Amino acid sequence: MPETSPTDTSTGTLGNGSKGRPSAGAPAARESGGDAAGLGRRRAAGFVAPSLLLITAFLLFPALWTIYLGLTDYRLTGFAAADPQMVGLDNFTNAIGDDRFSNSLVLTLQFVLGSAVLGQAVIGFTIAWLMRNRTGALRRTVEALVLLAWILPSSVITFLWIALLDRDGGTFNALINTPGTAWLLEYPMASIIVFNIWKGAAFSMMLYAAAIGNVPPSHLETARLAGASTWQQLRDVVFPRIKGHILTNLLLISLWTFNDFTPFLLTAGGPEDRTEIMPVFIYKIALQSGELGFGAAISVLMLLINLVIALVYVRLLRQRKDKTA
Amino acid sequence: MAAITMGQLTKVYPGGVRALNEIDLTVEDGEFFALLGPSGCGKTTLLRTIAGLEESSGGSIRIGENDVTSTPPGRRDVAMVFQDYALFPHMTVTDNIAYPLKIKKVAGRERTVKAAETAAELGLSDYLERRPGQLSGGQQQRVALARAMACHPKVFLFDEPLSNLDARMRLEARTFLKRLQRELGVTTVFVTHDQAEALALADRIAVMEGGKIRQLGTPSEVFRRPANTFVASFIGSTPMNLLDGVVRAQGVEVGDQLLPVPVGLGDHLVEGEKVVYGIRPEYLGHAPAAVPGSLGGEVRVVENLGSAQLVTLEGSAGFVQLVVNEDTPVAIGDHGYAVPRQDRVLLYRDGDLITGGADPSGLSADAPSLAKGPA
Ligand SMILES: Nc1ncnc2c1ncn2[C@@H]1O[C@H](COP(=O)(O)OP(=O)(O)O)[C@@H](O)[C@H]1O
Ligand SMILES: [Mg+2]
Repeated sequence: MPETSPTDTSTGTLGNGSKGRPSAGAPAARESGGDAAGLGRRRAAGFVAPSLLLITAFLLFPALWTIYLGLTDYRLTGFAAADPQMVGLDNFTNAIGDDRFSNSLVLTLQFVLGSAVLGQAVIGFTIAWLMRNRTGALRRTVEALVLLAWILPSSVITFLWIALLDRDGGTFNALINTPGTAWLLEYPMASIIVFNIWKGAAFSMMLYAAAIGNVPPSHLETARLAGASTWQQLRDVVFPRIKGHILTNLLLISLWTFNDFTPFLLTAGGPEDRTEIMPVFIYKIALQSGELGFGAAISVLMLLINLVIALVYVRLLRQRKDKTA
Repeated sequence: MAAITMGQLTKVYPGGVRALNEIDLTVEDGEFFALLGPSGCGKTTLLRTIAGLEESSGGSIRIGENDVTSTPPGRRDVAMVFQDYALFPHMTVTDNIAYPLKIKKVAGRERTVKAAETAAELGLSDYLERRPGQLSGGQQQRVALARAMACHPKVFLFDEPLSNLDARMRLEARTFLKRLQRELGVTTVFVTHDQAEALALADRIAVMEGGKIRQLGTPSEVFRRPANTFVASFIGSTPMNLLDGVVRAQGVEVGDQLLPVPVGLGDHLVEGEKVVYGIRPEYLGHAPAAVPGSLGGEVRVVENLGSAQLVTLEGSAGFVQLVVNEDTPVAIGDHGYAVPRQDRVLLYRDGDLITGGADPSGLSADAPSLAKGPA
């Protein structure tokens, strides 16, 4: 490694500037100026700059802009579009007092709990568990079908589902012999929940299949020899071992589902706001009614809720690590 | 406690591997039984089939009075110790030991007491609150044993429980295991690929090859009189010398030497037939000069075994190995002679041991002339 100048040594922290754990090569790196490649601070900054710029342009700036918009009465059209005024926290207090907002929040929580936490996670795990010892055609077919639902574009899938659930010529009505049932109108929330489970279970299935594959067979067999039922095997052997996977899975699918706009393509938030989940609500406020400032404020609130969800999971994950350490 | 009886037991894995081929075997009540064989011979499969973790493809298994062929593993009343111990990392030693009791719905307090008792028997009292990750390999192995003991099963099944320990610990654990099994008197089936372990521990050994039992007997039977050349070459820390020979009127011709025929075998041999002459290195004496009925050769390799030396001679019979005293001076390039101990010589025909049979028949008149040889 090349010798670095004293100034580099004193300031060279960019290379491992993030507060994470030092990498394996860290002790050596510290001696040679803070980065394993011995680049020195300036050249290292040069390498990082393009991505920092992109992040600023496409993530940081829009986020700050949204917060700014949330403090104004900015509108899509009219006077306020030309000359938005600062209104302080009015948008936020209005949103929190608004029935439509709280209704939307409740619907979103139902949607997330029903389709992600209970639906995708439980069904994904169940499929993974049932397939754990299988090989060959059956397993490949199941995996292919589940994956197909995941990788097809949402717009394509929604068309399929509209056809499936159609009142008159719908496949579903024909299958279970309930002619004339308008599923999307009579059971709108249940419909989008089932739709989202169907669309997203693949991710959980794959994650859990990998996790279950890591449980040593001898541990399950020890439990079986002791006479443990399937439920006891799961409780005593599998879950304690894959807790981290479960939490990560729940975190990801909760956030994805919370921010998912696809149900709009099925129900457009209706009938009568009964599927007006948060992203749909914001879309309607900001782009249909044109209240951009109000919409931005709700977006910020949604961001905060996301943060809270993420923090809860991260906390649980960390607790688990402390316990096993 | 109970005997285990297997009849025509067969296991064919999906894909066609015949891991067990019509095994007939009875493990007696209270016996310490070893399944021995090279890797892939079906030992683990047999053990797992007894446990019920693998479904047999044919035949039957009885444990005690019960036919358990299609009983699920949890109801066979057996306990198994796996090669990796299979301790639950998130549970303390107490919880691990008490786990089978918990499944059997024993009350919490009673469980803890029983676990502590069992742990005390195995010298684990100081570690009750630790997790498996905080224990040494030997301690983990004893926790696994304690868990197997805690619910007093009819049968213990051990799959190479010592193979993850270092050499010294293994010896200690071996002695410990033997004492423990004596005290508990529980029927135990023990899988190992290490012949020394099997000889040291077992009351009886089944030597397996390719899904079949090649020999069944006590350690000394299996060591002294291997029933076939497979067992002969597998058992023993130094493999048996198996030399090609031809039966002659005066004895067995091995290389350019005529060696005496073992006592009592004379009338079971046909002059001119090919046999394999088997003698363990431990049963070959060393002579620096030619002795009648000895195998001569040049010393090629000398391996130090501590209190003895393993000498490899190359002569007209091929390579011959013998174990000599540590004080015997042998140097590479010397000429040496290996003198067989007569009562330990074995002859094999087509791979199988030629036994003297129960009665030496009337034709034994020939035998002395053959048996005497140039002694
Ligand atoms: N689950 C399995 N599927 C297919 N073949 C197997 C399986 N387990 C073991 N075998 C095969 O069965 C034979 C015996 O295996 P095993 O009982 O594990 O041998 P051992 O324990 O004596 O080393 C081997 O040829 C092995 O490849
Ligand atoms: Mg094995």
